Amino acid sequence: MSEQQLFKVTIDNITIEVAPGTSILQAARSIGGDVAPPAMCFYSKLQGSGGKCRTCLVEVSKGSEKDPRPMPKLVASCRTTVMDGMEVKNITSPKVVDARAGVVEFLLLNHPLDCPICDQAGECHLQDLGYEHGKAGTRYEFQRRTFKKHDLGPYIQLHMTRCILCYRCVFTADQLTNSREHGVLSRGDHSEIATYIEKSLDNDFIGNVIDVCPVGALTDKTFRFKNRVWFTKPVDAHRDCPTCSGKAQLWMRGDEVFRVTARKDEWGEVKDTADGKPGWICNECRFEKKAANDWVIEGPSVINRHSVIAQGHYLGLKKPEETIVKVMSGQQPRFFMDIHDVSGVNKPNIELSLINGPATSDVFNETKKD
Amino acid sequence: MQALTNRVKVVDRKPMTFGEKIYLPAVFKGMSITFSHMFRKKPTINYPEQRRQFSPVFRGLHVLNRDEEGRERCTACGLCAVACPAEAITMEAAERKDGEEHLYREEKYAARYEINMLRCIFCGLCEEACPKDAIYLSETFTPSNYSRKKLVYAKEDLLIPNVLTEADDLAKARGL
Repeated sequence: MSEQQLFKVTIDNITIEVAPGTSILQAARSIGGDVAPPAMCFYSKLQGSGGKCRTCLVEVSKGSEKDPRPMPKLVASCRTTVMDGMEVKNITSPKVVDARAGVVEFLLLNHPLDCPICDQAGECHLQDLGYEHGKAGTRYEFQRRTFKKHDLGPYIQLHMTRCILCYRCVFTADQLTNSREHGVLSRGDHSEIATYIEKSLDNDFIGNVIDVCPVGALTDKTFRFKNRVWFTKPVDAHRDCPTCSGKAQLWMRGDEVFRVTARKDEWGEVKDTADGKPGWICNECRFEKKAANDWVIEGPSVINRHSVIAQGHYLGLKKPEETIVKVMSGQQPRFFMDIHDVSGVNKPNIELSLINGPATSDVFNETKKD
Repeated sequence: MQALTNRVKVVDRKPMTFGEKIYLPAVFKGMSITFSHMFRKKPTINYPEQRRQFSPVFRGLHVLNRDEEGRERCTACGLCAVACPAEAITMEAAERKDGEEHLYREEKYAARYEINMLRCIFCGLCEEACPKDAIYLSETFTPSNYSRKKLVYAKEDLLIPNVLTEADDLAKARGL
């Protein structure tokens, strides 16, 4: 195998050599940057994923060295393997750019525009896709489809209207957990993610469906409506976990841990741990460990500075030394106003991160009395 | 050294002459400028008896809007807070319960919403960021106050009157 011949592929006029059997998408990802086509359903850590969303369409302008004819139609780069001497056009082909805008329009046909409510906003792949590759308007004039609400238990919130049917969560449940309890029911426009008898999903690793979901269809119920993603601060942390790698990302505000997720790489996929396996995390780490002292914090996560999550996060902050106590010979400074006397927000006696599920008017009204 | 501008004045260190030492010419020169201002047009007005006209793009005190059924429009999406350059806006969201549909327009709403008027610079970026038409900068000033504590405006201070239950207050607020 070591003497295996590498295939030469040219993607957007950049030539690289990859092993036979690599998909065009993976080859493009190894170049990186804008050359890599976007992918909504393909997930390199899940076997069998891809081929459903069509956002990764590329033009193959030369099939291979032996057969230089172009492929007649645009192909899904996640499911097409490279050939020696293949020439691929992604962003350099106006046909691809146009087709992708059409695919985005199709994906958004039934997707509700409730980003202000959705907890995924700010880290949503469909938002990014629509922003980077979509058109400003839609031509759809009909009612968007709606579904009966399914309760998936205390940890995972399903919003079927937001689902784009990428099947990533189904593959995750198949490949990571002992028994899959949910799947896609019905066909065509009626198809939906559901559990068969509204059974709650309680497998050990089922929480990972939240991480693989490219949209806000599957979100963390323990984080639901607690905070916006960009107000929380992502830090890398680990703990000694018997079931999983224990390497996670905490989304903190002050000392409160609002959410725990797996670490993501630049393609939005779960990062590999040191032993080369994907760093899926277990339900206990994800949903139960919501205290800062459960974790060993390694430091702030690196976030792309173009992401909204990076706003207001100051790295390498050096706090100036407090000199008042020294100058006042040990006397503590007296403040004119404690903000908690005036402000009802972030009351010290309400720990939102410790409430199971979203806060309701009960939580806030209770504290109004005292 | 090359001068940075053409308005450089070299400081004159010569000893003062007798005329300058008695100061009186300089005093009279200064007073003549002062008295000449008495006959100029006054730049100030007697507020609040007299009021200036606001520009149509005036950005004043914020209001939180309700929809035509009197429900709060704000869904606590946090875009105003992230757009705010002064970090004056804070909020906490809650989920709408069954039976609260007449109060809140969407599934999620702002249980707490505060604007710290001490920090606000009235730039209007919150209004621009709002996807739900919920926050507007009205054409009034923020009333001044003797206490800092009263300048942190809660949601109740910012919401416009309900069109169904407080129609009179709403008409009054609109100046009708």
